[in-house]
Amino acid sequence: MKRADWQNLGWGAALLVVAALLPLTGDGYLISLGVSIAMYTVLATSWALFSGPTHYISLATAAFFGIGTYVMGSGIEYINYWLLLPIAGLIGGVIAALVGLATLRLSGVYFVIFTLGLAEMTRQAVTWYQNQTGHKGTYVLTELTDPHIYWQLLALAALVFLLGWAIGRSKLGFALRIIGDDEDVARHVGINTALSKVALFVVSGATAAIVGAMIAPRYIYIEPATAFTPMLSFQVVIMALLGGTGRLWGPLVGVIPFTLLWEAISSSFLNQTTLLLGLSFLAIVYLLPGGFVGLYDRLRGRAKKRSAMA
Amino acid sequence: MMANTVISLRGATKQFGGLVAVDNVSFDVREHEVLGLIGPNGSGKSTTLNLISGALPATDGEISLRGGTITGLPARAIARKGVSRTFQLVRLLPSMNVLENVMAGGVFGHRRRWGQSAERHAMQVLEMIGMADKAKSHVGQLTYIDTKRVELARALSGEPEVLLLDEWLAGLNPTELTEGIDLIHRLRDEGRTIILVEHVMDAIRSLCDNCVVMSSGKKIAEGSTDDVLSDPEVIRAYLGDDDA
Ligand SMILES: Nc1ncnc2c1ncn2[C@@H]1O[C@H](COP(=O)(O)OP(=O)(O)OP(=O)(O)O)[C@@H](O)[C@H]1O
Ligand SMILES: [Mg+2]
Repeated sequence: MKRADWQNLGWGAALLVVAALLPLTGDGYLISLGVSIAMYTVLATSWALFSGPTHYISLATAAFFGIGTYVMGSGIEYINYWLLLPIAGLIGGVIAALVGLATLRLSGVYFVIFTLGLAEMTRQAVTWYQNQTGHKGTYVLTELTDPHIYWQLLALAALVFLLGWAIGRSKLGFALRIIGDDEDVARHVGINTALSKVALFVVSGATAAIVGAMIAPRYIYIEPATAFTPMLSFQVVIMALLGGTGRLWGPLVGVIPFTLLWEAISSSFLNQTTLLLGLSFLAIVYLLPGGFVGLYDRLRGRAKKRSAMA
Repeated sequence: MMANTVISLRGATKQFGGLVAVDNVSFDVREHEVLGLIGPNGSGKSTTLNLISGALPATDGEISLRGGTITGLPARAIARKGVSRTFQLVRLLPSMNVLENVMAGGVFGHRRRWGQSAERHAMQVLEMIGMADKAKSHVGQLTYIDTKRVELARALSGEPEVLLLDEWLAGLNPTELTEGIDLIHRLRDEGRTIILVEHVMDAIRSLCDNCVVMSSGKKIAEGSTDDVLSDPEVIRAYLGDDDA
């Protein structure tokens, strides 16, 4: 490892420790905000691991999240909570692999539509199943409180960052950058493009499923409409793009301001949230291409040029 | 097919709807040979390269590499078996610097390296083509010939068995052209096996041992470069194209 790597690792660890102290404030509102931020950080970061280099926009977050929620909901009576988390990840990963193998050969547009459809289809399937069995929802009763959930999500975030960092230094990471630049070239230098894309899609799918499983106890009672809300997929995309997918820390930088802003806005304009979501999406795409990361790189590039001329 | 044949096409055919872009083409490329694949615009030269590299599946016929068939294999598998190429319109990786572009060709291809060793090898290739000083440059800052050099270096860094160059010399100004021809001469002297699609006659004359001539998808002539270039039918195909 280079010195810069140790430095980044040090910063990351320090940030994690500080973040972990939040529940000590005892402020319920702050902690609940912390849960949201931690949740979106994991979702947006793992989303960007796949979508950043490949430029495929996935709207399947809600599907995997919902699957994880339901794995927890239907298993909690029989299986240990801590076992259910990896099971949720496994199921999410397997479904992501199947979906990926079927769709990642498609061009970007078809992929977007398919992933959006996937969330809707899974929701309908669960609803149908529940109607068959005469349930409307499922109870998830645990002893877990917000601080526990917050700490779990933080640990997962740390894991996702480590994984992202490891992928970035691996052959797989290099392959994905090449694919993102030019898929034809990627094929002609010997890269198995389909497999590389599927591998990262599996990582993001499994992660979203684990997040869903971790959040489930917070809902107490889960129904398809809450577990599979398409809004979640869009929020994750917007936050990741706002921060920028060019770097590992990009999505985090988008998640924090967006969650805070969203909290403020949605409490006062409850009925216009979809509209606001759309507007913020347009604003990001037009005003901030590349997100905060892009802005940071442009400013740094300019500063470099200036110092080079001086 | 002779023992030292590297690439062999037998009845290779590619149809695009009603258009037969490559029509029942057969030829062999032997080890250490530089074969010119020439012909007027639209005669099917690039498509032939696309069939060999696996960019496009052949409609019919058989293509083999060192006796093993590669027909129908995906491009990545063919690359791993040792076929490298450049594209008629240069295709670099825009988000990466020169060194990374060259490494890209040597990490997943025929001879695979990773980490320090991949970097060292990419540097060696860059030295060979005279671009070591630009290793850290961004590809957006390069001159035209340098972009061509980087693409060539990427193709070389996987140490291919055979190199497919699609009009690598096109678009160069006279000074660059001399440099470019010199560079390919060096590759030739190293004993590399190359299929050279080219329009520049001086280059063909000085670089190619043998030529295959295509016209409207068909092979119309084949043989030593001097013989082929003085063949009346070849001259007619070229002039016909130019006068029309
Ligand atoms: N992907 C494709 N789809 C449909 N037609 C194609 C395709 N690629 C090539 N063609 C057609 O096939 C014919 C041969 O094209 P090709 O590019 O192989 O010619 P070429 O000999 O390389 O010409 P040039 O010297 O201009 O590069 C042309 O008529 C071209 O329009
Ligand atoms: Mg061509």
